[in-house]
Amino acid sequence: MAIVNLKKGEVQAKIVYYGPGRGGKTTNLEYIYRKFHDRIKTEMVTIKTHGDRTLFFDFLPIEIGKIKGFDVRIQLYTVPGQVKYDATRRLVLRGADGIVFVADSLVVRRKENMLSLKNLADNLATYKKSLADVPIVLQYNKRDLEDEGIPLLSLEALEKDLNSRLRAPSFGASAQKGPNVVQTMKKIIVMTMDSLRRNLM
Amino acid sequence: MKKHYKVVVGGPLNYVFNREQLTAIEDVLERDLVELGVRSVFLIDMAGNIIANKGNGEGRHDIYSLAALAAGNFGAVSTMAKLIGEEEFSLLFHRGREESIHFSKLADDFLLITIFGKALSLGFLRLKVAEATGKIAAILEC
Repeated sequence: MAIVNLKKGEVQAKIVYYGPGRGGKTTNLEYIYRKFHDRIKTEMVTIKTHGDRTLFFDFLPIEIGKIKGFDVRIQLYTVPGQVKYDATRRLVLRGADGIVFVADSLVVRRKENMLSLKNLADNLATYKKSLADVPIVLQYNKRDLEDEGIPLLSLEALEKDLNSRLRAPSFGASAQKGPNVVQTMKKIIVMTMDSLRRNLM
Repeated sequence: MKKHYKVVVGGPLNYVFNREQLTAIEDVLERDLVELGVRSVFLIDMAGNIIANKGNGEGRHDIYSLAALAAGNFGAVSTMAKLIGEEEFSLLFHRGREESIHFSKLADDFLLITIFGKALSLGFLRLKVAEATGKIAAILEC
């Protein structure tokens, strides 16, 4: 649910990072926070358990400058990935204007990726939306682990598992090291703003 | 006054607020709550976006983080209410030593968050918040 404030000339939109537990959603936001620290006026908000896992959500607001005369403020959120936190995941998803699905490239996490994407579709359905209604970008994370000899799913295999029907833009990335983290974010922002412009302006 | 319009995008609503509505809402927040002694008040949507905010200049809160957490907190408490068979809890309020925070639902999609100090009683604040939410609902025609 985006807010367009015609008095301040401001647009606020919500982008949610979704995906299986330990897939790198929080690490994406942490990288963005480090990279754009000078542009982010507030601290990144995280609600974690003692084990350093996301309990409720992470939150990072970014001002990205003017688009068509409007100041655009993007609110980045992550959901908790662990299966048991489905109720909180659904709450964070409420009002999402764009979604980044962060998949884990590890071979052993193949099933978790598919279950998480199915869970996303189910949770969107509770808000009477489908995956086709919301701008979405797929990110195949942890590509850097290939260099360490850890077995990873190929990008083709990930595309086949997760993106054969969606046909959404996708990126192989490393949230830990940085490649394609910013590109993923830029892509979803452009798609979200396009979608808002079509629907609102 | 131009009417605000709502656009349906696959179910839930997006909102565009025009200048007149926002000015009217800010007037209500200023006159009914800030002039009463409230430190800071903001109207947000359930996704955690800020629609309007006013303060007495004393509090330097990070309102964007507060809005995100308030929407999350409200959502969590509402879900807890449903789990125990309640439609919703009528009073949502956290009391601190110096500052307290009060949540009030406005129509289905909005929340009015009020931060106030010890000088104000909760009962009086609730009365004034109820008046203000009535006026804002009329401005939003919801």
